[in-house]
Amino acid sequence: MTPVLSLRGVTKRFGGLTAVNSMDFDVAEHEVLGLIGPNGSGKSTTLNLISGAFPVSAGEITLRGAPITSMPAHLIARRGIARTFQLVRLLPHMTVLDNVRAGAVFGHRRRWGHEADRIAAEMLDKVGLGGRGHLAVGQLTYIDTKRVELARLLAGEPKVLLLDEWLAGLNPTELQDGIALIKRLRDEGRTVILVEHVMDAIRSLCDRCVVMAAGTKIAEGTPAEVLSDATVIRAYLGDDDA
Amino acid sequence: MRLSPKDWQGLTLAAIALIVVACLPLVASGYQLSLGVTVAMYTVLATSWAIFSGPTHYISLATAAFFGVGAYVTGIGITYLPYWALPLIAGVIAAVMAALVGLATLRLSGVYFVIFTLGLAEFLRQVITWGQNISGTKGIYVLTSITEAHIFWQLLGLAALVWLAGWAIGRSRLGFALRIIGDDEVVAKHAGIDTARAKILLFMLPGGVAAMTGAILAPRYVYIEPLIAFTPMLSFQVVIMALLGGTGRLWGPIVGVIPFTFLWEAISRSFPNQTTLLLGIAFLAIVYLLPKGFVGLIESARRRTEGWS
Amino acid sequence: MDIIITGLLLGGTYALIAMGLNLQYGMARIMNLANGEMLVAGGFAAFWFYTAGAVSPVLTVFLVAPVAFAANWLIYMIFLRPLVKRAKSRGQLEVDAILTTFGLSFVGVGLMLAFFGGDYFSYSYLSVPVHLLGDTYGANRLVAFGAAVVICGALWLWLAYSRMGVSIRAIAVAPDSARLVGIDVRALAALAFALGGAVTATGGALISTFLTLDASTGVIFTLKALVIVIMGGVGDVRGTVVAALLLGLLETFVASVIDPGLTLAAAYLLFVIILLVRPQGLFGRKTT
Repeated sequence: MTPVLSLRGVTKRFGGLTAVNSMDFDVAEHEVLGLIGPNGSGKSTTLNLISGAFPVSAGEITLRGAPITSMPAHLIARRGIARTFQLVRLLPHMTVLDNVRAGAVFGHRRRWGHEADRIAAEMLDKVGLGGRGHLAVGQLTYIDTKRVELARLLAGEPKVLLLDEWLAGLNPTELQDGIALIKRLRDEGRTVILVEHVMDAIRSLCDRCVVMAAGTKIAEGTPAEVLSDATVIRAYLGDDDA
Repeated sequence: MRLSPKDWQGLTLAAIALIVVACLPLVASGYQLSLGVTVAMYTVLATSWAIFSGPTHYISLATAAFFGVGAYVTGIGITYLPYWALPLIAGVIAAVMAALVGLATLRLSGVYFVIFTLGLAEFLRQVITWGQNISGTKGIYVLTSITEAHIFWQLLGLAALVWLAGWAIGRSRLGFALRIIGDDEVVAKHAGIDTARAKILLFMLPGGVAAMTGAILAPRYVYIEPLIAFTPMLSFQVVIMALLGGTGRLWGPIVGVIPFTFLWEAISRSFPNQTTLLLGIAFLAIVYLLPKGFVGLIESARRRTEGWS
Repeated sequence: MDIIITGLLLGGTYALIAMGLNLQYGMARIMNLANGEMLVAGGFAAFWFYTAGAVSPVLTVFLVAPVAFAANWLIYMIFLRPLVKRAKSRGQLEVDAILTTFGLSFVGVGLMLAFFGGDYFSYSYLSVPVHLLGDTYGANRLVAFGAAVVICGALWLWLAYSRMGVSIRAIAVAPDSARLVGIDVRALAALAFALGGAVTATGGALISTFLTLDASTGVIFTLKALVIVIMGGVGDVRGTVVAALLLGLLETFVASVIDPGLTLAAAYLLFVIILLVRPQGLFGRKTT
């Protein structure tokens, strides 16, 4: 079966700095892939390249076999790749419902009118914010802003979800809720790439992990495999031979 | 599109108001009518300006450029074409120009857009003046039987169209897209919105409308020359009036147009040299005292009386 | 040949004006659309001192620069700092700054109209011919050019080597990191803005020796300075100088070969081409 998303030799250089160096990996249908590694290893940049935030310097990215390399962000979103941002980004002057509707109207399935309203309300239910669509986003707690952002993604009915440290900054109770929420998405059979630091989340959520250090892939496998890999441990501990 | 009873009520009220205002030429003196034409002109210009600049926060100073193009379309075309066709032609030409300007600048930051649009009127003025020098002509006479009352009615009709367009855009996908762009352009892109296309499409509206206004008003000037047609002051006055009224609501700009037109009249009659100073003070007042315009004042007063805040 | 030299002479003075705007936009992050009025005010001062007291414009500069510095510092503290404080985003500050400086520009024009009237003003200072490479040029242009070179050079040295200059460049590149290494960003932004105003006013005093100005010509110079800054790259001293010389050459060429009425149109076309081809400036690197 062709993978849903696949990266081949994807490279990004900023001036003289190579932030991502020849990354190769595939994401299969219904798979939750963890993209992990120490700070500054190029995980978020990889996500930005997939979502079209900036063009790649070399290599190819395909979605279900069709090239999407360096396409403008809005076209990639329409093709069905939806992303969150490392620091939550909501539309500050709109209601919760309109924030989610934005995803339904302009995302992968591009719905309008009643259809969009219905899906937006449904997705709010799904992330646990049912009946709170009329609120201003400024009135929400931190985890609820993250829920809104996730609902906006889901409302577009995307093929692939890119979650950029979606669990970061949550307190322990919120973290349990957050992990449970993503677990539900996994059980629905969604395809997800998870950039994450929280080890518990990686162990319980990911089917497979790709580990990055200094812009390159240093390991790939199940969470248990990669987290016991000597190279990975060295990369995280910042050993000189890494 | 389905209309709720409230929509019908609003539309009916607006239509009645428009009919009442349309009776002005029947009762007003010549001077009052000429003020009426000025108010109608700025209402059209400021409202269409705000439909673009309100949600996108791009400050366009191209009004004078498009207006001048429209005036020249009438000036040149009046001898060859029926009068009614000229505003339409002007509108189409300017909308295409606006799309080109948008293509060049709307992907970049707002500062570039301001400079580009400010320079556009000056550029056209210099080029047309040069063209006239070469061909040896000076200005163009626009001699028609069109009266001030005709101009007033045409502008009123155009204003009605602009409001309808603004209202329809506000309820459309494009309007929703623009509100999202105004809130966070990065989110808009990653949500699947072609932000450049949305902005360019919307910028065509004030461009086309300003040219139509210029085409309609050309007979009023009788004699058209570059300095009259492309007066840069026009662009600034439109910005001031729209912001003074407030761009958050469709009816906002007119709340700014009416008082400012009278103030401008009064100042330019008694202190003709001080209109620039007035313009400057108005800009500062908007930034420091009225960041949301009169609309903001009215709405916060309303909220207070309803005991919300 | 004389087009090239006249163009370069004009470009030298433009460099000074644009340098002022670049200090304000690149370093203090304020797009000052009232920049041209500061130039005209500098020109007015030179005119007034020359006609009333026969003081050479080259000497007036020593008075104009500190006064303009103080005036711009006050403008920054009174009008612009509150905007910087209340701005929630870069975009909002940009819009506020554009509207405010437009307001200040009109107030400036209005005040100058009130005090000096709407007439053109010009005076004849050092308009003796000088022979250079087989052609003749006004001595005033040469003097203005020389002064511009000295001031630009001094500014460049100061920005490149002095502690304060380096700090100012740091806030242009990375205001947040600059704060972390102990640079007082707010005070320096005010300083950069004031310095930019002083440089522009000096340029105005120099340019008035060979160009005719009036109360409302400021906006033309603002436009030209903007074109130069964007062409040269925001915050880039070398780019500004090169762009200014290019604009000076282009204008002189258009004025003498096609029509003097088209100089601004030519500058505008240049700006359009730059926007389409290299929006990041001549020497700028593409950023994401």
